[in-house]
Amino acid sequence: MTSTLTISTLTKRFGEVAALTGVSLSVAPGERVALLGHNGAGKSTLMKIILGLIPATSGAVTICDAAPGSAAARRAVAYLPENAAFHPALTGLEQIRHYLALRGESPALAMPLLEKVGLAQAARRRIGTYSKGMRQRVGLAQALIGHPRLLVLDEPTSGLDPVSRREFYTLLDDLAAHGASILLSSHALTEVEARTDRIVILSKGRLVAEGSLPDLRRRADLPVMLHVTARNGYAPDIARALPGAIMVGGALHLTCPQSQKLETLGRIADLGDKVADLEVLPPSLEDLYSHFSQWAAQ
Amino acid sequence: MIRILSTARTEFRIALRNRWVAIALILMAVFSLVLSLAGSAPTGGLGVDRLSVTVASLTSLSVYLIPLLALLMSFDAIAGETERGTLSLLLTYPIARWQILLGKLLAHLAILTLAVLLGHGLAAAVAIATDESSLAGLPALVRLSWSSVLLGATFLGAGYALSSLSRRPSGAAGLAIGLWLGLVVLYDLALLTAIVADGGGWFTTDAFPIALLANPADAFRLFNLTASGATAAAAGVGGAADAIPLWHSLTSVLLWPLAALALAAAAFRKVIP
Repeated sequence: MTSTLTISTLTKRFGEVAALTGVSLSVAPGERVALLGHNGAGKSTLMKIILGLIPATSGAVTICDAAPGSAAARRAVAYLPENAAFHPALTGLEQIRHYLALRGESPALAMPLLEKVGLAQAARRRIGTYSKGMRQRVGLAQALIGHPRLLVLDEPTSGLDPVSRREFYTLLDDLAAHGASILLSSHALTEVEARTDRIVILSKGRLVAEGSLPDLRRRADLPVMLHVTARNGYAPDIARALPGAIMVGGALHLTCPQSQKLETLGRIADLGDKVADLEVLPPSLEDLYSHFSQWAAQ
Repeated sequence: MIRILSTARTEFRIALRNRWVAIALILMAVFSLVLSLAGSAPTGGLGVDRLSVTVASLTSLSVYLIPLLALLMSFDAIAGETERGTLSLLLTYPIARWQILLGKLLAHLAILTLAVLLGHGLAAAVAIATDESSLAGLPALVRLSWSSVLLGATFLGAGYALSSLSRRPSGAAGLAIGLWLGLVVLYDLALLTAIVADGGGWFTTDAFPIALLANPADAFRLFNLTASGATAAAAGVGGAADAIPLWHSLTSVLLWPLAALALAAAAFRKVIP
């Protein structure tokens, strides 16, 4: 199957400033890709080029075999901007009916869409009276219109509470299961960790890492952290058996490289009854993210 | 077509809630009533019916009011969407930029048309109720109505162009006021000054008619005064109406809306959200 989105050696300059340099990326149908990066790393610029809102300086982008911004591409792509904004004088229902008409769909679908994002009660109120989270839901509802082949979502869960976030990702899973590709940026790394297939890290306009989470963990080779809880009175014994361990609260904290993880676990197992509990903490996405960002900066 | 109509419907709704519809209707109604009630004095002396005199007054009013209303409604059209952040999302939808402009134009033009019809209808009712011979002035009023709508379209287009060129609504508002002052007020003053200084030379005979036709507001006034033969009731640069053939001013009245809208489309195409 061909990719929904293909980007090859994309470069964008604003005068002297290079916003993106040689970025290549492809997203397959049904794939969920998270775009991570500091503010100003080029995430929004990349999204705007994919949407055809701004032209690239060099490189190529194709969306379902069409050029970004072409009529065919715009029919295939749905967009949720960061801080989705709408005219405050319109009601949520009127706004969605209008967007449905623009996509050639029946305006009668507006109410079911608003129900899907939990806005049915407020549908007939003006958007000017909505909270940020509610406006974000209007944005979400419009992104679900029709059957987009590619969803470009800029910070989609900002302003949503934890329960709404989970509902939102359930909606995305559903779309992806039906073959839609999803490219989203987020600062909430924990949710990205659980809910996306692939992670792309941008730093200063360059793609510094790309892969699934286990992939990135292996490549970064960051130390694993082990938390060992001792049975009453055995903490000094354990500390002697595990050089380098430090006491934090009631537990011993120990780090070891990936390659020595199993060996260290073996040594802990040898301590037998002295150990009450053991936790293995792999490097988090936060750790990976700062590792790759710093590595790129050097 | 559905996309354009949906855009127009949405824009009309927004204008309704922003009170623009009410403002336009009330302004036109009040001014037309005042003019038709106050315009009764000179009728006897001129030997024309009451409505024809009112039409001459309404022409002078429309030259100021229609461009002002059109610019007030249009200056926010693009710059406002850019500032609110709604334009970037809209431009990812499968709707061409000219379709967006056309949708907005339809809504704003509908409001202007309603205002014109209300104002002129009231004026006609007052004139006919007090002077039965006023029926003779109806064709002039109808002509004034449709040319007012075309004048409105011209300045709506100009407003969209200015709105596209400036990044912020405040900047667009400044440019719109500047355009209104320039074309409607200062242009005529400058022409009169030039004529006085020229003393009947080349400028008065050759350049002046062209200068009048080049300005949509002056062409509109010229067209209505020439067509109704009401130059006697006109003053200022309108007095030149006799000297310029009707089809010249008619061409200008018809071409300006197209030119302004083409300008708007070209300016909007360059907007990067």
